[in-house]
Amino acid sequence: MDAINNEVRNLRFDSYDTGEHLKNAAKQARARNYQDFLIVDVDSHHYESEHYKDVFSYIESPVLRRTALESFNRGGRSSFMGSEVGYQDIGGRITRHWLRKHEKTPADRHRDITTTLRWMNAMGVDYACLFPTPMLFLGTHPQPEIEAALAQAYNRWLCERILQEEKRIVSMLYLPFNDPEAAYRTVQEFGGKPGVVGFMVTAPRYKPVHDNAYMKTYRLIEEMGLPISFHAAYTWGDQALQLTNRFIGVHALGFMWFNMVHMTNWVVNGLPERFPKLKVMWIESGLTWAYSLMQRLDHSYMMRTSDCPSLKRKPSEYMQEMFFSSQPMEMPDDPSILEATFKMIKAETQLVWSSDYPHWDFDLPGVIYDLPFLNEQAKRNILGANAAKLFNLPLQPVKTIPEYD
Amino acid sequence: MAEIFVAKASDMQDGERRIVRTPKGEVGIFNYKGAFHAYANTCVHSGGPACEGVLVNKVLDIIAEDRTYQGQTFADEMHFVCPWHGYEYNIETGVCAGDPKLRLKKFETVVRSGDVYLVA
Repeated sequence: MDAINNEVRNLRFDSYDTGEHLKNAAKQARARNYQDFLIVDVDSHHYESEHYKDVFSYIESPVLRRTALESFNRGGRSSFMGSEVGYQDIGGRITRHWLRKHEKTPADRHRDITTTLRWMNAMGVDYACLFPTPMLFLGTHPQPEIEAALAQAYNRWLCERILQEEKRIVSMLYLPFNDPEAAYRTVQEFGGKPGVVGFMVTAPRYKPVHDNAYMKTYRLIEEMGLPISFHAAYTWGDQALQLTNRFIGVHALGFMWFNMVHMTNWVVNGLPERFPKLKVMWIESGLTWAYSLMQRLDHSYMMRTSDCPSLKRKPSEYMQEMFFSSQPMEMPDDPSILEATFKMIKAETQLVWSSDYPHWDFDLPGVIYDLPFLNEQAKRNILGANAAKLFNLPLQPVKTIPEYD
Repeated sequence: MAEIFVAKASDMQDGERRIVRTPKGEVGIFNYKGAFHAYANTCVHSGGPACEGVLVNKVLDIIAEDRTYQGQTFADEMHFVCPWHGYEYNIETGVCAGDPKLRLKKFETVVRSGDVYLVA
């Protein structure tokens, strides 16, 4: 055994490295032998706002492009994108949010590729589905044409600068859902691009998913064999959520609320019957909302089948064929409660692990791997194999977990 | 058990800390108001480097005699915060703010001839 070096170090708040920040995660990954099997993260993020100048240069309309770039030059005071009230960093307590500006990256790769691969390797992740951060709130922008312009610009930027350059990073591209025609064109333009593994709708918005205007888009995504996902978020602009006065309230409820509404509309309007091969995924609402909604809708359905005549089965049976990302996974003190939730959503085939890194409530693969009621195959399905099937990814692990002594 | 030299006491100002690698894993040693407190640098939540986050006082709601809410303030109780997810710990006890059943493993410290040692 090597001699232990009792190194003593001081803390520095003027430097930062993602790998170093997550070295305890790398130790967990090695201790659990994650190098032996595939891990896919279906929901992770970068801060596209750090590259707005570059992203905005991809806006097709010369007028909107100029407006966006001029707005960028004046910072937040004249934002093109709008902003959302929130305190994600818990008043500075989540240090990576403000330390990451000190992180050094090599000049020959895009910074977001370098930092993303650093956390992926530390956690033991082989492939990560990357999403934006501030754009999660773009569905509440009052101008649909700006959502459409930004979505197209961001998607083109992401494909060229990130996905084309690094095969381990994939994405379900942003659908500008407030403009149904633009959403359709997005699927047409990007459906076959390298690294595009589906399409994503940000959940906080006020156009219902059963609107006829979306049917041709759903059909096209179904024909392509790709998943459509609904990524949860909150908005304090919502009238009901304005009743909450703390961030914990608007966040906990908001991330469930919009997906509960969209799921309800999706099911009771019979969309699973209209698009039986369309793979549908619900992202970042945790799991308990699905457990609750399945029971709630089934109970009402038996008395009100006339409200949803397109259905041939109970609502929960359709929901059990959909996919759910795991984070932020509720961890009740009594694991039998979580076990019941896993059973309800058919976790072994329908649950897909996600980290949500680098956001404040991220999960490590250990939230799945350490569960006492799952066997090894179920763990591997949830951590990687289910997502590999969904995204058509190879099953062979490709990561290198760094060693820290 | 071994005594591991951490620092000269005079080199650790109030609120300063050191992280020491030991055979039992990393340990964080804090100087708080002249006393040295040492805890495992592994968060009870998901294993984050609990001792490497910011120091911040416990937050209090101000509730008046008539039970109305009158804003918030900081208490005297000092916390350190795991930088991964925000789990807070009392710097003098290692008890988790969100659930007092949870606490970080505590280590002994010794100050001898002006030098701070960790017993681990």
